[in-house]
Amino acid sequence: MKMTRKEFLRVMGLAAAGAGAGTLFTVVTPKMLADTVAAKADAKPRWAMVVDFQKCRFGEDCEQCLAACKEAHNLPEVSSRAHEIKWVWKERFETVFPEQQTDYTRQAYVKHPLPVLCNHCDDPPCVRVCPTQATWKRADGVVMMDYHRCIGCRYCMAGCPYGSRSFNFEDPKPRVARPNPEFPTRTKGVVEKCNFCEERLAKGQMPACVEKCKQKAMTFGDLRDPNGPVRRLLAARYAIRRRTELGTGPGVYYLI
Amino acid sequence: MRDRVPIVCGLLIFVALFTVPVWRGLAAHTPARQPELKLPETEKHCVAPVEYMRRAHMQMLIDWRDSAVRRGERTFTAYDGRKYNISLTQTCLGQCHVERKDFCDRCHSYAGVSGPYCFDCHADRMLKTAAAGADGAMLAAQRGTR
Repeated sequence: MKMTRKEFLRVMGLAAAGAGAGTLFTVVTPKMLADTVAAKADAKPRWAMVVDFQKCRFGEDCEQCLAACKEAHNLPEVSSRAHEIKWVWKERFETVFPEQQTDYTRQAYVKHPLPVLCNHCDDPPCVRVCPTQATWKRADGVVMMDYHRCIGCRYCMAGCPYGSRSFNFEDPKPRVARPNPEFPTRTKGVVEKCNFCEERLAKGQMPACVEKCKQKAMTFGDLRDPNGPVRRLLAARYAIRRRTELGTGPGVYYLI
Repeated sequence: MRDRVPIVCGLLIFVALFTVPVWRGLAAHTPARQPELKLPETEKHCVAPVEYMRRAHMQMLIDWRDSAVRRGERTFTAYDGRKYNISLTQTCLGQCHVERKDFCDRCHSYAGVSGPYCFDCHADRMLKTAAAGADGAMLAAQRGTR
């Protein structure tokens, strides 16, 4: 049988489409769907935090969370602002949520700074850029740091859109006011950041800032638990996250 | 051979100077033995046999580090079945070797092994601290409600 060029192309095109469709159908079988659902059901928790803007009393010189973190993690007192080591820190509302304010709403937030910390993103840019895998994301959502492995290149600091990472320009050890031997200090030349108190989570404790907040403005829990305190708050109130347009998927929510 | 006297004197001075470390050692009564380690009073067994620890304690510390930091596993089962919390400061120093100077440093300085830089960051001995937060059960309770 003699086939024209046109007929040949038509047959090949149809065959390719058929093969493609076949692949599509085999990709998602009911069994695979069931497996995915099962995997999600017994997955680890996804830790997240909710900060209640209405309850937080930062503007009235309440700094319980900062002090708790400083004590728990041996944060040094650095005089120069450029060399500051920040795990959880105070930031003005208009800096945290620049897109949320207008000329008329600004005065409502003027005396109302917010606590900001590492967002423990779903897709953390710091992890993507780290050349030594000194920082990585755990299954429970905590973005971890291995200080042993950090070479101090500061790519992660450039990658983080929230400024949540700090570099040790100087040896922090002599500048720790009251050393806590249960947690290591860091050394000159490594980058550090909030670890969601993973050392406390391992013992079943709440993060230090959450525990010490007198106003109960911070709530911590499992985002995958529909009846957990975090999900209940998020279901009840309007919450915003920092710079979601970047697609990082922050794990720290702010109730407005 | 008129220079015999100065040559012999020079040689004697050279030999004396060259062997100064030996004389100093003899004068100080330093034994040519292994360094004496201060062993813990309460514990009789290490987390691994002594031979293994002598040879490979550095490897074990690296394994502990990876296990705690990377995998989040903080319990170590020893060769005799005992379980230990994986922590340099709290277990190695807190439970047994109270002073790093009396244990780690003795061999390291004897053998001229520079480092380790563990104690650049980790506390080199356990300090007395206030008890951990009392409401530690909060998270456990929260997880228990699921």
